[in-house]
Amino acid sequence: MHRSITVTVNGQSRTAEVEPRMLLVYFLREVLDLRGVHVGCDTTSCGVCAVLLDGVPVKSCTMFAVQADGRSLTTVEGLASNGQKHAVQEGFKEEHGLQCGFCTPAMMLVASALLEENANPSESEIRWAISGNLCRCTGYQNIVKAVQHAAATLNPQPASGRTT
Amino acid sequence: MFPSQFEYLAPTTLEEALSLLAEHAEDAKVLAGGQSLIPLMKLRFAAPAMIIDINGVPGLSHLQEDRRGRGYLRVGALVRNAALERSELLKSRYPTMAAAAPLISDPLVRNQGTLVGSLVHADPQGDWGSVLLALEGEVVAKSTSGERRIPATSFFDGPFTTVLRSDELAVEARVPAPGPRSFGTYLKLERKVGDFATVGVAVSVSTERGVVTRAGIGLTGVGPANIKAVDAEQALVGHRLTGKAIQQAAHLAAAASEPRSDVRGSADYKREVVRVYVARGLHQAFDAKAA
Ligand code: FES
Ligand code: FES
Repeated sequence: MHRSITVTVNGQSRTAEVEPRMLLVYFLREVLDLRGVHVGCDTTSCGVCAVLLDGVPVKSCTMFAVQADGRSLTTVEGLASNGQKHAVQEGFKEEHGLQCGFCTPAMMLVASALLEENANPSESEIRWAISGNLCRCTGYQNIVKAVQHAAATLNPQPASGRTT
Repeated sequence: MFPSQFEYLAPTTLEEALSLLAEHAEDAKVLAGGQSLIPLMKLRFAAPAMIIDINGVPGLSHLQEDRRGRGYLRVGALVRNAALERSELLKSRYPTMAAAAPLISDPLVRNQGTLVGSLVHADPQGDWGSVLLALEGEVVAKSTSGERRIPATSFFDGPFTTVLRSDELAVEARVPAPGPRSFGTYLKLERKVGDFATVGVAVSVSTERGVVTRAGIGLTGVGPANIKAVDAEQALVGHRLTGKAIQQAAHLAAAASEPRSDVRGSADYKREVVRVYVARGLHQAFDAKAA
C-alpha cells in the first residue's frame, strides 16, 4: 500500500514511504517535522496550509503527498537563505504584518510567489493574490503594507504602478 | 481528516490511463486538480478504491483555438483555472469565459483546479457548467472503445451527475467562438472569495446588423443542476437588444430558475438576483462592446 516518494523540500531531497491517502500537509508536518505548515479548516477554505509547489501556491490539505513525487516544495522554513531573512519576512516584521501569526507562514509564501511574478504589485493586486488566505486578526491592512515593504526592498525603483 | 484507503495509480500515457479506467471503471476515480474530489474524499462522501492520477499524462494541457470554420476553443483536461484567468486568448475572443475564470473559488484553488474537472464534478453551484451551457460548448470523452463529443446541453444529468460513462475520460472541453459581433460576461454573487455562488449568471450574445442571432444564458446555484435559460435566450433572438428586450429576457430567466432557500439567501431573493444579473450582464456586456 505504501509508495516511495522523493520530493525536494526547501532545496533538500527527501525520500519517504507514504500511504497514498496521506495528505501533503501531514507529510510535511508529521513526517518531515515542518511545523510552520499549519492546518486550519482542513476543508480547502482558509489557505493557512499553503505551500509553494514548483513555486506556485497550493493548499497542502487538498493534495496527496504522492502527488508531490518528483516535485519541488517550499515551506516557510525555506524562505530565509543563509541566515538572511527573506524580504517578505522583513516586511512582515517591519510593518507588523501579524498578530497571532497563525496565517503568517502561508501569507508570506503567497506574497513571495506574487513578488516573483510581479515585482511591483498594486494594492489591489496584493489583495487579489492573498484573497484565498484568511486572517482572523489583522484586518489585512498591515499584511498589505508588509508586502509593499517587501516589494520596495526587492525592487527599489520608483513605484509607478502603486495605487495606495 | 483522512480519506479512506485507496490504491494510487499514476499512468504516464493516455492509452494507459484509458485501459486502467476500462479495467477498473466502477472502482476508480480520476484525479486532475483534485480541488473538489479530495475534499469529498476527506469528508468520506467519496471513497473510491482506486485513484487514477492523470497529472502525468501528456497531451492534456493545451489551451488553444482551432480556427477552422467558425473556430472553437480547446481546453485540455489539465488546464488549470489560473491559466484560464491569465489567458489573453480568452480576454480577446471569449469574454464570458474570461469573466468567469477569475471568479472560480480562490487563487490557491485556481492554481490547481481545472475547468474540465469542474464540469465532470457537475456541482450545481459550479460556474463552468453555466458558462458551457451559455456558450453551447461540448465535452470530448475518450475511452478504449473510441471518442465521443457530448454537448453541454446533454452532459449534465442532475446534481453531481453527468452522462459520462465510468470508463470514459473527459479529455477536453470545446467552446465555439462567439464571433466578431458578440459580447458576454459572467456575474457572480458570493458571500466571500472562495464561497460557492449564491447566484451566478453567464451571458453570451451574437448580433448581425444589431439584431441578435444567438443568445446564451446559463444560471449557477439556482437549481439541481446548472440551468440553460432557453426561453430567455429565444426571446432575444431576432430582436434588437433594447432595454425592453433585456427586461423580458431577465424575467424569463428568473422564471426558469429553481432556487432553494438556504444560508445564502431565500429562494425569492435568489430569483430576483437572477433577474437583476441577467439584465445587468446583458447591459454591461453590450455597453462594453459598444464603447
Ligand atoms: S487547512 Fe488547508 S485550506 Fe484550510
Ligand atoms: S495574524 Fe492571526 S490569523 Fe492572521
